[in-house]
Amino acid sequence: MIKTVFSASLPIDEKLIIQKNQIQGAFPGKRLCIVTGTHGDELEGQYVCFLLSEFLNKNTDKICGTIDIYPAVNPLGIDSITRGMPGFDLDMNRIFPGAKDTSLSDYAAYSIVEDIKTADYAVDIHASNIFLREIPQARINVDSASALTGLAEMLNIDLIWIHPAATVLESTLAHTLNSLGVKTIVIETGVGMRITPVYGQRLFNGIINLMHKTGMWLGKAPENISKPIIAATDAVSFVNAVDSGIFLPEKEYGVMLKKGDKIGQIVKPLSGEILSEVFSPDDGLLMTIRAYPVVYEGSLLARVIHNS
Amino acid sequence: MRKEIIFSMKSPYREEFHIYGYVFGSGEKTVAVVGAMRGDEIQQQFVSSQLVRILTDMERCGQITQGVEILVIPSANHFSMNIGKRFWPMDNTDINRMFPGYDLGETTQRIASALFDKLKKYRYGIQLASYHFTGSFIPHVRIIKTAVDITKEAKFFGMPYIYVKSPEPFDTVMLNYNWQIWETKAYSVYAGTTAVIDKPAAKFTWNSIIRFLFQAGLLNCKTEPGFVSQVLEDKCFRTLTADNAGFFYRQKSSGSTVRKGELLAKILNPYDGSVEGEIFSPEDATIFFAHDKDLISEKTAAFQLI
Ligand SMILES: [Zn+2]
Repeated sequence: MIKTVFSASLPIDEKLIIQKNQIQGAFPGKRLCIVTGTHGDELEGQYVCFLLSEFLNKNTDKICGTIDIYPAVNPLGIDSITRGMPGFDLDMNRIFPGAKDTSLSDYAAYSIVEDIKTADYAVDIHASNIFLREIPQARINVDSASALTGLAEMLNIDLIWIHPAATVLESTLAHTLNSLGVKTIVIETGVGMRITPVYGQRLFNGIINLMHKTGMWLGKAPENISKPIIAATDAVSFVNAVDSGIFLPEKEYGVMLKKGDKIGQIVKPLSGEILSEVFSPDDGLLMTIRAYPVVYEGSLLARVIHNS
Repeated sequence: MRKEIIFSMKSPYREEFHIYGYVFGSGEKTVAVVGAMRGDEIQQQFVSSQLVRILTDMERCGQITQGVEILVIPSANHFSMNIGKRFWPMDNTDINRMFPGYDLGETTQRIASALFDKLKKYRYGIQLASYHFTGSFIPHVRIIKTAVDITKEAKFFGMPYIYVKSPEPFDTVMLNYNWQIWETKAYSVYAGTTAVIDKPAAKFTWNSIIRFLFQAGLLNCKTEPGFVSQVLEDKCFRTLTADNAGFFYRQKSSGSTVRKGELLAKILNPYDGSVEGEIFSPEDATIFFAHDKDLISEKTAAFQLI
């Protein structure tokens, strides 16, 4: 059943509406929320929401509990290829838990949290931005690693990246929900402004697997669930551009590299110069590779998880 | 006056990017002023450029105290300003969400790092700031509340208001907060507007900064007297949000004193011009902030009263 979570009038003949699809199982059980589209340029979650809505609607007889699917936390952003909320400066994932009666964006954030806060689990699906391609991964704050890693392992991903706590991240949707007792996993996958179908399929299977493992799914359990690498931040090496120019990658993300393997080069089309060659700093998995060719000094080109 | 290059970077197809600092006097690093960090902070850059003009003249006339140094960085982001963008042209990131920066990180982290490396050595820091809501403020000084109380010197500006704001998570990656953590007494000065120059507000702002420099003992010159500042905390504010959407037909601006029951704005139907809603002041108050666009959405902050 489609329900409206938040609504507010825009200046001319239109409302900003945030909606969800509530799928009620035939049997009582836990409540799972699938959330995506906080960043309007991240679309990988669109495919996952479609697959889930389509499949679960037809299989309510095998569901214990409730699944709420929120495909567009930032609907104006998605409809206008805008990362943030159009007309509002702050990243929408930096204003949670929001508030009533201060601003439109705060009120929207507040309404989303109010709607989700009684759930047992949430999966907040982000894509990478338009600049990077990422293997499917969960990002977990070190403080909640013990509570969340087991859940994240169910999601059929390649990597769980345990990152340090930072005050600025206390205003994310996931941090807010976790602090309210909703076990929330943040997924990053693929690339911005595109859909990578194979990753969408994998996450769909991962979410059904999570439902199975938590007693929400009575149907067949998905097979071949991938076992993710668990990496702390000090296991991840960053490769940043040393020149400004055009980056030409030579490796696909997800491959294993040897230290010194060439990842790509930065070139200058005007003169035909190769400005710099980019090499892997370690033996390990190429978890991230630059997707957007134009780079400045400092632009992230790759991340490698070292073997150990 | 000495002009220094603080940061340089090549770009794929644009001219090399530089951030310049203008240094006045010599000796103890006493006050640093930062202008535009975002591409639409034109008022902020205008005020900073006028400060450079005034301080250059004062230095020539021997009016800068011996043994102190003043740094002004009028702009850290002309790459955005030249092409009409607020944030960094490539990835739309905000330099003022990257502090204290990281010299091996992404481009804007590197810019923040180079700026902060230069700025963190000063006793006082003044940032000409803009806010993430579009609208006009009463010119004021803002302090992010930390363990150290720095309101005493904030009164040196002689601005009508000092707003001591409790930090929110996003403050922790901004210049003001990081300055304070590194023991610089940091003040964000709101010069009224952002993307357009408001000359009276700009002049009021640069005069306030000159007054601060004088009161802090950096200048020997005459300055105009300022206001006896009123200190505000979060609990002093009352936000009025719009219950309707449409044309925002504002009757009162920031700085106005209003009576309980006075009409502040009407919201007009965008098709037939009829009055959809009216916003009245719920008490005798001063308007601290006013939404200044001609359109308004429901639930948007229209006014902040004190
Ligand atoms: Zn995202």
